Amino acid sequence: MATTANRESKDFLFKYIFSTDHKMIAKQFLMTGIFMGIIGMLMSVAFRVQLGFPNQSFPIMETFLGSWAPGGILAPDKYLALVTMHGTIMVFFLLTAGLSCTFSNLLIPLQIGARDMASGTINMISSWIFMLASCIMLYSIFVEGGPASAGWTVYPPLSALPQAIPGSGFGMTLWLISMALFIIQSVLGGLNYIVTVLNLRTKGMSMTRLPLSVWALLITAILGLLSFPVLVSAVLLLFMDRSFGTSFYLSDIFISGQVLEVSGGSPILFEHLFWFLGHPEVYIVLLPALGIASEVITTNARKPIFGYRAMIGSLIAIAFISLLVWGHHMFVTGMNPFLGAVFTFTTLLVAIPSAVKVFNYLTTLWKGNIKFTPAMLFGIGLVSTFISGGLTGLVLGNSTLDINVHDTYFVVGHFHIVMGLTGVFGMMAGVYHWFPKMYGRMMHKGLGYAHFWMTIVAAYGVFFPMHFLGLAGVPRRYYTNTEFPMFDNLMDINVVITAFTFLGAFAQFVFLFNIFYSMFKGPKAPQNPWDSNTLEWTTPVEHIHGNWPGELPVVYRWPYDYSKPGAEHDFIPQTVPLAEGEKDQGHL
Amino acid sequence: MLNILIIIAVLLGIIALSKVVQILDLSSTIRGIQPYETTDSNNKTQSRLMLVFLVAYFSFVIYQMLVWGPHLLPIAASEHGAAVDSLFNVTWWIIIPVFFITHILLFYFSFKYVYNKNRRAEFYAHNNKLEMFWTAVPATVLLILILYGLSVWNSTMTPLTSDESDVEIEIYARQFDWTARYPGNDGKFGNVNVRNISGTNFLGLDSADTDAWDDKYVKAEFLIPVNKAVQFYFRSQDVIHSAYMPHFRAQMNCVPGMVTRFNFVPTHTTEEMREITGNPDFHYQLLCNKICGAAHYNMGMDIIVVSQEEYDAWLKEQKEFIPIEGRASLKKDINNQLSSL
Repeated sequence: MATTANRESKDFLFKYIFSTDHKMIAKQFLMTGIFMGIIGMLMSVAFRVQLGFPNQSFPIMETFLGSWAPGGILAPDKYLALVTMHGTIMVFFLLTAGLSCTFSNLLIPLQIGARDMASGTINMISSWIFMLASCIMLYSIFVEGGPASAGWTVYPPLSALPQAIPGSGFGMTLWLISMALFIIQSVLGGLNYIVTVLNLRTKGMSMTRLPLSVWALLITAILGLLSFPVLVSAVLLLFMDRSFGTSFYLSDIFISGQVLEVSGGSPILFEHLFWFLGHPEVYIVLLPALGIASEVITTNARKPIFGYRAMIGSLIAIAFISLLVWGHHMFVTGMNPFLGAVFTFTTLLVAIPSAVKVFNYLTTLWKGNIKFTPAMLFGIGLVSTFISGGLTGLVLGNSTLDINVHDTYFVVGHFHIVMGLTGVFGMMAGVYHWFPKMYGRMMHKGLGYAHFWMTIVAAYGVFFPMHFLGLAGVPRRYYTNTEFPMFDNLMDINVVITAFTFLGAFAQFVFLFNIFYSMFKGPKAPQNPWDSNTLEWTTPVEHIHGNWPGELPVVYRWPYDYSKPGAEHDFIPQTVPLAEGEKDQGHL
Repeated sequence: MLNILIIIAVLLGIIALSKVVQILDLSSTIRGIQPYETTDSNNKTQSRLMLVFLVAYFSFVIYQMLVWGPHLLPIAASEHGAAVDSLFNVTWWIIIPVFFITHILLFYFSFKYVYNKNRRAEFYAHNNKLEMFWTAVPATVLLILILYGLSVWNSTMTPLTSDESDVEIEIYARQFDWTARYPGNDGKFGNVNVRNISGTNFLGLDSADTDAWDDKYVKAEFLIPVNKAVQFYFRSQDVIHSAYMPHFRAQMNCVPGMVTRFNFVPTHTTEEMREITGNPDFHYQLLCNKICGAAHYNMGMDIIVVSQEEYDAWLKEQKEFIPIEGRASLKKDINNQLSSL
């Protein structure tokens, strides 16, 4: 086994491109995700310039955006194109694939003591389909009419009719194809993760000895498997409405001077199907980030995670409830008010397991012995964003309050903090923490600190003021707020937000520099740089196919024996047998 | 030329940065510390920054509340809106203290329990009582919010019967304007069909339906009487729009192929609201709040709340769909068609 692996890795093509090694595939997902993320971020900078300084000409906009910004002013329909692509790229390509696929691939086999994924080939295929989906999505930006422009939720009829907005032409067709491929990728990957966790755990690695990161990734995979296929059906029906003249979503439409031959369909059907995935999607983004934070916080606080079982229970509860709350995106669609009441009830229930998680993180920090690595900073930042964004969910989840803030900037502020920032912070924490495992080198500490502080300041500077815009009644997806006198005295909020956007974007280039610099010039990583208990730090620093030379490690204890009284060091790896009379916390 | 210079400058910047990083790493290696190791001084600095950030974050939040708080929406201009606002206030009283307390704990713990190699963290893995406690408390608070919320929700969303409503208005959305239709003297909306739409009859009213003849429709602005129950119906011609009337705490999507509803009782006339806000140009606004195309940001209509008398006088002035003088010939046409069947 080991010899064939060595021979394989000599060949560039097989090492970097046709690799079935989960560690290489994880790096492929990470790099693609970061690339897409940078594009999504730059798009947001472009439309923030328009929002902060509406109708002012910036020649640099024309330099970069060409005919999208004639005379240096972004065109209104291209503004919507940018917003749509920003949302799609960030939610699916960065935060779903870039975050959960990267760390599922990297961590699941390494932390459960497996040589690779259950099926390396399916894993490779899934990463290739993701590549293809990314290329198609990026290509759609350049086609005639521009990319999809109906918002990342692509509600028909706007997304179904090219007459309604130019982006609903070929760009939208490509969007649908790209999403269908993306979902196939997700399902293939998800199946693989679930099978791997259930079947390939090493000796002694019972479910109650799994690190919380693996638990989170497992539950994410199950959630994705249950909800993504529903989006395929939504996407396929929309594709048929657009290309084959069906009317699943269309009825009684008069547009561009003519009556369309459609009847009997309902856009509300699409909304139900879309949000049946769309809401679990939020937790597909969130749960891996929380899992990573659990690992990073407990390792660097040198203290066992507080309430291991409650943490698992709350993960499962959040995932389960998240399948029953999609209607809270539709309180004001004309859905039966009784249904609205039911969805209010289930939605607010999510706050209970979320609160448990927050309190458990706080207790983990309490009386800890905290090492401030860059990863730890992002872990602490994540708890802060999870609280700040989660609390406003109590407003939006309550149907009565949602009437007036639905689709306003309040929503934009809420989900960017609770999902976007929490997801991104979790991803950053993961990259800083496991970079040595991925590239065998250490990232630069000082740049990491600078990156964190700029990022968190910019993040709150951008997203916190949005709540005030929303409470003043400013709708989202407005090209400019200057058309209504009622928003005139809110103009300076938009300038503040745009200024912080620049800081936030700059900070990410520091991160990017750090990654590429450290990849080639960083100091060589030691075996276990963070004095961590989990199995991935028992593998050799140089990657080998099969992860461990010789026998697989055997696990004797749960992963959180940090600062155990009586132990010599403040950590006891999972591979250390229990001392006589010692109890394993995982099996209590 | 300038672009090339910018690219060169960026490249030089990157090279310079990597050199600086290299030198920093080298200097710490010379001092016998691995550059990636978190030193005591790192820990000290970062833990202090945690406190600094806590203060800065709170100051920023309070600053925003003080400076931008006064620019938020004025008091609710509808009956249910007042109830919505009370629920909002109760929710704030829960959210804001929790926000401050949890953040103080988070950043204070981070500051206080900074790494010290002579100390061990407390091995404290779980405490069932504590966990039960902080499951039960949020559950109780949420139960209150849910019950309170749903009581307001049910009273707000229950459609009015024709006896209960004083005024019925249909709001019709299309790319990119609004139309308000009143049922006319007969109190009945005429039939509509998307196939009837033509240049002047953009609502698709059925001219063969006598109920439609006295229907009235207006653009740019529409009036509603104060303290009267207004039942709204919403329709759309092309894509999904959303009729958002923030001052009344009212919003409902306009969906092609179906009719949606909302009702409220306006409690302040436009004049009164001008006095309350101190803004002589104040207008109640109907906005589109669902992405509907390139000019989505510019799709609005003024709402004017007036006394019943002013409302009646204004409505009387508005044109009917088929003016009286046109009806006789239309009736003849319809009869001819019927007899030829």
